Amino acid sequence: MIPLSWFLILSAALFSIGLFGVMARKNAVAILLSVELMLNAVNINLVAFWRYGNIVNMAGQVFAIIVFAVAAAEVAVGLALVISVYRRFNTVVADEIDLMKW
Amino acid sequence: MTALQIIFLLAAAVILISAVMVTATRNMVHAALWLIATLFGVAVIFAVLEAGFLAVVQVVVYIGAIAIMFIFAVMLTRREMLDKGPQMNKRAWLAGILCVVIFASLIYMLSSWVGFNQIPLLVGNADTLTLLGQSLLLPSAYLLPFEVASVLLLAALVGAVYVASNRKQEEK
Repeated sequence: MIPLSWFLILSAALFSIGLFGVMARKNAVAILLSVELMLNAVNINLVAFWRYGNIVNMAGQVFAIIVFAVAAAEVAVGLALVISVYRRFNTVVADEIDLMKW
Repeated sequence: MTALQIIFLLAAAVILISAVMVTATRNMVHAALWLIATLFGVAVIFAVLEAGFLAVVQVVVYIGAIAIMFIFAVMLTRREMLDKGPQMNKRAWLAGILCVVIFASLIYMLSSWVGFNQIPLLVGNADTLTLLGQSLLLPSAYLLPFEVASVLLLAALVGAVYVASNRKQEEK
């Protein structure tokens, strides 16, 4: 049997890698890819806690499904923004998109 | 070591290696393909956790829809950035240190918790798929978050079409 700690360590590592990608990458599409890694880490945690808690209480799986829906919505809007910005400024580098910087 | 543990360790290795490659590769198409490998690993983890429905949804929604959308976005926006210049910020080292600190403190916090090493109970004869369907659709359970998620998807659909549409060309 696998102890709960294995899943928690895996998901903490995946979350940290995703966080590094969000903070360090320049390409806006790469930042969105790293956000997906973080959302997957959260999903692993939710499902692991569902499995190791009371199995009749489905809250963990239900909220994992809602995270799927939120991830799909986030990617759709995020990529639409990136494509729109690319059309206007001809760049996808997050540092160069500083229209709202004062 | 049981078979389940070996499967878990293999899936975890695939997830972590390909996640590092997602954040490290220069070519964005390759990064999207490494993301697909990560998502497959997470689907295997869901199967290990006996959440079969979520494993299938992971493959269909994440790999079938989200990853493909990323590949399309990469194809629409590449050209520059591929060969020239660094892919990381100037302060990437700071981000690295911060992530290591956050990982270490997460593990420290979790390991002080009593249930950190607990062993799962057997699923037995519980029909978790029927239970999941019922809890998504019963008003006494999670009907409201389910409907809110569908409204969110509709709003995101309308918003994405509006933001990405090329209004300049239409005016000409």
